[in-house]
Amino acid sequence: MLNEKLVAEINRLRSKYKDARSCLLPSLYVVQREEGWITPDAMTAVGELLNVPKATVKGVATFYSMYRHKPMGRHLIQLCTNVACMLMGAESLVDLLKEKYGLTPNGTSPDGRFSLVIMECIGACGTAPAMLVDTDFHDSLNDKNILEILESYQ
Amino acid sequence: MEKYLLRNIDNPDSAHLVEYVKAGGYKALAKALEMKPADIIGEVKNSGLRGRGGAGFPTGMKWSFAAADPKRPKYLLCNADEGEPGTFKDRPLLEKNPHLLIEGMVISGYALGAEYGYIYLRGEYPAAKDILEGALRQAHEKGYLGDNVLGKGVAFHLSVHQGAGAYICGEETALIDSLEGKRGQPRIKPPFPVNEGYLSKPTVVNNVETFANIPYIIEIGADAYSKIGSAECPGPKLYSVSGHVKKPGVYELPMGVTLREIIYVHCGGIAGDRKLKAVIPGGISTPVLPADKIDCPMDFASMPKHGSMLGSGAVMVFDETVDLVKVCLRATKFFEHESCGKCTPCREGVGWMRSILERIVKGAGTGGDIELLLEVAKNIAGKTFCPLGDGAASVVQHFIKHFRNEFEEHIEKSKVGASA
Ligand SMILES: Cc1cc2nc3c(=O)[nH]c(=O)nc-3n(C[C@H](O)[C@H](O)[C@H](O)COP(=O)(O)O)c2cc1C
Ligand code: SF4
Ligand code: FES
Repeated sequence: MLNEKLVAEINRLRSKYKDARSCLLPSLYVVQREEGWITPDAMTAVGELLNVPKATVKGVATFYSMYRHKPMGRHLIQLCTNVACMLMGAESLVDLLKEKYGLTPNGTSPDGRFSLVIMECIGACGTAPAMLVDTDFHDSLNDKNILEILESYQ
Repeated sequence: MEKYLLRNIDNPDSAHLVEYVKAGGYKALAKALEMKPADIIGEVKNSGLRGRGGAGFPTGMKWSFAAADPKRPKYLLCNADEGEPGTFKDRPLLEKNPHLLIEGMVISGYALGAEYGYIYLRGEYPAAKDILEGALRQAHEKGYLGDNVLGKGVAFHLSVHQGAGAYICGEETALIDSLEGKRGQPRIKPPFPVNEGYLSKPTVVNNVETFANIPYIIEIGADAYSKIGSAECPGPKLYSVSGHVKKPGVYELPMGVTLREIIYVHCGGIAGDRKLKAVIPGGISTPVLPADKIDCPMDFASMPKHGSMLGSGAVMVFDETVDLVKVCLRATKFFEHESCGKCTPCREGVGWMRSILERIVKGAGTGGDIELLLEVAKNIAGKTFCPLGDGAASVVQHFIKHFRNEFEEHIEKSKVGASA
């Protein structure tokens, strides 16, 4: 269930909109930030709060690729492999993450430190390849600097 | 050319209201609030401004449709979904010049009689979210937003709404559904959003860069503005250039500059002085052009005459070393991933094209594969609910049209491999 603080936060967001349902995506972000993923309980609670049927909440939550439906590692690596990043070597970075951390796309490293999600263009094509780690942008990546960068996420 | 959209961009504090005002910001808003709403719409019409989100629709015309609809309230939405691969032109505006967007939206809201606005920001831009929200707070404190903008009795409320990773939500009706808390799937048109958009009310959706042009039009007037760049689609334009150029990045240039000038003058030519092979001029959905077809003016009216489209102005440059069949496969994977599933030709057909391309790239292609690809593409094109499916078909068709030999080479090699 949602604690009081989250309910208050969702109600505050709710006031930005004329109707409750418009607040669904922002509310899902709130619960995801809190728990790292969107639990079935959280979907029920958000649905009750916004008066949206639970099945509808689930239909919406599973449509969008940035909502997580299972627990994630401590840090989320979102690595772009779209065309500009592919040209600049993103595929070898995917291989490197596997070799170094045992990470595969949509998987979590055995030590629970990282999860990896492959992204479709994150708007850093001029400084490709690029990734987001949690909410931080990192670009102009190569086999060397990517490992240095990831060292700071323990 | 003097920069307007990216003016101040080298100032590390450019996102701060104080710096924006110091550089002349919010003067256009004060001027606009002295004008009649209909006159602002008239100026925007006369300026010739065409929407920068990809389709190039005349902004003033769109506005006059919404203004003519008596239903209330009206909504103003900013499309900051920027999902078209290769496109990163709105990001500097959002992160470095958020007040230009806000000023443009307040002026637009006043012109349209819209009191509520939302900036639909892609989930992949978390830094922009914080920066925009900070800028909105500052603008609110100083009276540029709120119940009584600059004491003129005009109300405009603006907030950020974060998307969650779905390219299709860049399509304006899917964006509206997404804002309404639904799965982001395109709606049938008509009715158009200008009559029945968000919560079934008249709604104007414009791109970030489109709004960023509004204060400039008010500041210098439609006449002066319409003399910048090409006659048919005037104004400054942001081009985001990626791939094999010496200096990739976002360039503000007059609309209609040639693709060759962008690549060889502004971006310094091809990296390592290698040879150019191909260019995608306007984001991944626009037709690829071979190296000898780059003397085309980059604007909405000219590009179709030269075999492609301006799209979002996202130039992707491929040098002689690139395997274009692989690029075509990666692009098709993207469309398959982003298909919203609403209509069959796109949902099924794009996956079929991907699997044929995959076997060609893997060296398992067979003689009839190129024809089969074209057959599938033909059955997608023109038969889908929204332009995403058309784009996916057109990408495959144009790669084959201009670079058929590369597909054939892959398939030839597979045959040699199979018989060896
Ligand atoms: C599949 C698809 C994706 C789109 N993505 C975007 C986008 O990310 N940003 C954008 O401004 N327009 C995008 N558009 C265009 C919008 O539907 C719409 O035309 C635009 O936001 C209108 O604004 P404008 O007139 O200022 O260009 C997309 C269209 C389609 C069909
Ligand atoms: S063409 Fe594709 S993205 Fe567009 S509505 Fe059909 S399935 Fe959805
Ligand atoms: S292609 Fe990777 S950031 Fe755009």
